[in-house]
Amino acid sequence: MNNLSEELNKKLGEAVERMPAFPKSVQKILELTRDLNCSPKVLVQVIENDPVITMKILRVLNSAYYRLPSKITSINHSVVFLGLNTVKNIALSIAAIGILPKKNAAGFDVSQYLLHSLSTAAIAKHLGSKIGGADPMDCYVAGLLHDFGKIVFAQFMPEQFKVALETSMKDDISLFTAEQAAIGTDHTVVGSMLAEKWQFPEPLINSIRNHHSEKAGATVMGSCVYAANQISKKMGYGFAGDARVESLPPAVSKHFGININLDVLIDSIGDDELSKILEHAKQFAQVDAS
Amino acid sequence: MKIKFWGVRGSIPSPRAGTVRYGGNTTCIEIRTDNNELIILDGGTGIFPLSQTLLKELPVTANIFITHSHWDHIHGLPFFIPNFIPGNKMILHGALDPVSGRGVEQVMDVQLQYSYFPVREAEMKASIEYVSLSPGETVQAGSATITATLLNHPVVNFGYRVECNGKSLFFTGDHEPYSNIYSPGDESYEEYRGLVEAQERMVFDAMHGVDVLIADSSYTIDEYPAKKGWGHGTFDSCMQMADAIGAKILYCTHHEPTRDDDALEREFAKALERHPRREGMTDFRLAREGIEIEF
Repeated sequence: MNNLSEELNKKLGEAVERMPAFPKSVQKILELTRDLNCSPKVLVQVIENDPVITMKILRVLNSAYYRLPSKITSINHSVVFLGLNTVKNIALSIAAIGILPKKNAAGFDVSQYLLHSLSTAAIAKHLGSKIGGADPMDCYVAGLLHDFGKIVFAQFMPEQFKVALETSMKDDISLFTAEQAAIGTDHTVVGSMLAEKWQFPEPLINSIRNHHSEKAGATVMGSCVYAANQISKKMGYGFAGDARVESLPPAVSKHFGININLDVLIDSIGDDELSKILEHAKQFAQVDAS
Repeated sequence: MKIKFWGVRGSIPSPRAGTVRYGGNTTCIEIRTDNNELIILDGGTGIFPLSQTLLKELPVTANIFITHSHWDHIHGLPFFIPNFIPGNKMILHGALDPVSGRGVEQVMDVQLQYSYFPVREAEMKASIEYVSLSPGETVQAGSATITATLLNHPVVNFGYRVECNGKSLFFTGDHEPYSNIYSPGDESYEEYRGLVEAQERMVFDAMHGVDVLIADSSYTIDEYPAKKGWGHGTFDSCMQMADAIGAKILYCTHHEPTRDDDALEREFAKALERHPRREGMTDFRLAREGIEIEF
């Protein structure tokens, strides 16, 4: 039940290729690419704040065609390797598809989803740089993409996803459990299968796959994403359809120190850092826009 | 190995009184292996006069390697005369376009649309084969081995290393040295610096120790700041690169289309003064249409 059929995997992969990006990044990319000499770092920042564009650029980069000796996770690395203009043109071709509609048949709020993804990414990066043992930018990308499966459900299986969202709320069960009942699979499986299909780096695939499992504790990066996801939910930074906050399994919490639980971890990040993270995420998620 | 320059001009053909000595045709380099096998690097307008000389040795097999899809590197291809004559063979190598997802056949398709060119590919009598290469891929063309390396240009651009009987050549196509998009103090500055250094090492390894390096030196160092990010090198960056990789000879090419011969020699001489030569160091030269060397 946890494995997607070959056919569904293919279908979803093709669907994601046609999937539009988030409104703010599409608007920024169109604006930036009107200027021949647009600032490269601003462009990188826009891409890094959009899970759809990041997913698609990593897909190009990590395809068998480029025969990379080691896989690429960061957008900066993509720019060095492929060249700024090629990355810009890929981003532009994605922007040309349109914008991800705010309203979908699943009733899933994409702005709140983006806010959750961006805050999870930034918290994962913060945790990664604090405890060491994982590249902070890799943690960021893994955090940004951890719930990608949900946006795929919302776009391409809205009716079933709607049932899962409602069941999770009504029965107070976690969303991924409700997804398994309603769809036959869950967002961790779909997200990681796409990452695998597109030959993303193994640690990134595993972080997406295990972000609701104690297996996340096998790596520092997986643990950072697991913890960041729960912190983002506990702080109420955006909403990705799952109100339940899970405690940190020992395999995960051990990476952050002895006797560390979610509250202690949140305190250790500090209010200042957390509000900065939220402000930055809000800028891109456009939560206040209609 | 023998090489002959058939086009050394960048961007657009530039025939006029002021460019007679160095030539106005766009990029095209003919290579002959010791077995006289034919390899052609890029299909700028220089490929047209080259193709006329091939009529005396039909049938020909032309192994063409396209560095990238900008016009000045492909716009002579429709006029490659052997394509119209049965019995000839063209094998066109190049990169896949990551934006359209299409292979090197795209450079012919785009140019042979009926509104723009009267002969369709189906009407060409030669056998035409397309080989899309991956970065780092090595292919055999007769007795030569050719390796593609991804360089830095607005579109995917392969530099090619050609090796045959212990001799070697590297042609950059269009290439701008890598630089950091962040400023010191930016959070990502150090990360990016590391990535750039690693990428540059990879490129220099691919060029290492060649007998002949042919490199894009479009600009002077004074012109460069206004052209940063356009994907071209300078005389100085090419000279530094040639010294760093230990090339025996450097040919500066892709001459800026508005630069007349006198100005070209003047700017080259100035760059040479900044990079004085001693015995055993790389020999710096200007590529000129029509010159032929054997090494």
